[in-house]
Amino acid sequence: MAMLEVSRLSKSFGELTVLKDINFTVDKGEVVAVIGPSGSGKSTLLRCVNQLERANGGRITVCGSDMMTTNEKGKAVFADTDTLRSIRLKTGLVFQNFNLFPHMTVLRNITEAPTVVLGMSKTDARAKALELLKKMGLEAKADSYPCELSGGQQQRVSIARALALDPEILFFDEPTSALDPELTGEILKVIKELANDGMTMVIVTHEMAFAHDVADRVVFMEDGYIVDEGTPDKLFGEEASERVKQFLSRFNNFGA
Amino acid sequence: MTNEQIGTLFQLMLQYAVPTMKIFALTLLWSIPLGMIVALLKMCRFKPISWITNIYILIMRGTPLLLQLIVAQYSVPYIIRSDICPEFIRSALGGIDIRSEAYTFNMMLIAFVLNYAAYFAEIFRGGIESIPKGQYEAAGALGFTRSQTFFRVILPQVVKRVVPASSNEIITLVKDTSLASAIPYMEIMYIAKKQVPTYASLLPLFMAGAFYFAFAMVLTVLFSFIEKKLDYYR
Repeated sequence: MAMLEVSRLSKSFGELTVLKDINFTVDKGEVVAVIGPSGSGKSTLLRCVNQLERANGGRITVCGSDMMTTNEKGKAVFADTDTLRSIRLKTGLVFQNFNLFPHMTVLRNITEAPTVVLGMSKTDARAKALELLKKMGLEAKADSYPCELSGGQQQRVSIARALALDPEILFFDEPTSALDPELTGEILKVIKELANDGMTMVIVTHEMAFAHDVADRVVFMEDGYIVDEGTPDKLFGEEASERVKQFLSRFNNFGA
Repeated sequence: MTNEQIGTLFQLMLQYAVPTMKIFALTLLWSIPLGMIVALLKMCRFKPISWITNIYILIMRGTPLLLQLIVAQYSVPYIIRSDICPEFIRSALGGIDIRSEAYTFNMMLIAFVLNYAAYFAEIFRGGIESIPKGQYEAAGALGFTRSQTFFRVILPQVVKRVVPASSNEIITLVKDTSLASAIPYMEIMYIAKKQVPTYASLLPLFMAGAFYFAFAMVLTVLFSFIEKKLDYYR
């Protein structure tokens, strides 16, 4: 079953067209890594699907409900506010810069959305948050403030925060790019565990070895197009297109 | 001056410190919420509203508070007498007794509130705009509505950021209340000035000065306490 279907998606900022004709499907339980050079539109794709940007054309369907379509005149038509909100609750997003709420404790960062948005009781939300923190190895940090945590810990809290709403599909926008190299490992480990749990995930990343390891499918984007896609073995192997090989050759840490 | 005279004077000054504190408290009570509204209006995406709000802020910040206080006192009689004043406004304002104490006080308060709201608005706007875009995006991605985002995520962070600038403004207000004496409105400054020839002494002015100083000190201590309280996160 397709959790996310994107077809003919286009997005421009003024004169600059960032996404051109993107076609992209993610099935339930699938882990998709999106790679490509900077400015290729990877993050914009994620932002359009997560309603942080409004695409100009095409169609986005999340868990069977249309988030946006395009009418005969070629104009983008968005779903009504209630549908958009219900879609938002099915998707979770983890940011490059964590974007934790600095004035709330770690625990409150995680319980706030379930209590306020879903109307969950404080006790239930707390129990769930503590369980998630335990999974992230951060139960001791529940009462700390984000500023007291390392970058890797903050990112794990933000993953827990996204998971607290039980999303059907979780998106990561370069989750390790703001971290020191020695801290990226702990995040990649968490994502790997989520993959083992069967979580549907789309991960924009520059960690090629990780993409190879964890993804069921790798998508290579450039200049607003999906240039190549396939299993990690295909994309990181001999069958890949010349452009992908050229791009990957710059990552000397990739040993496949 | 005899000790008895000093005692009488001190009591008189204390008595007139009350109207000073009244101006101070009521101005804050109204100008802080109004300032928040003005800040939001200035950030309104519908440009005409933003422009009109900006003109209001420019006038309030660009002209003396003393002038605004005097204009406010004269406003009602002049509006009523003006040829271009529509009839319904004239009849609405006609019932106001411009010689009453309430008129003097209310018009003065309006001038103080409008003036301070403009300053607070700029402080609040700066505070709101300093919150990173990522906070809105994170709240949005978690399904918060716009008002939930504002009240739960943005505003608490804004409060912390605007406390230092607001405390500065509030301490300035302590001293600006003395402008009311020019209206004239009988508060501590008015009475101090009036007592100078009576006693042939500067003591009334020193007492008034000591009052303002003590008031400002109390607020300084209070705000440094609040700043410390809000220092639980960076």
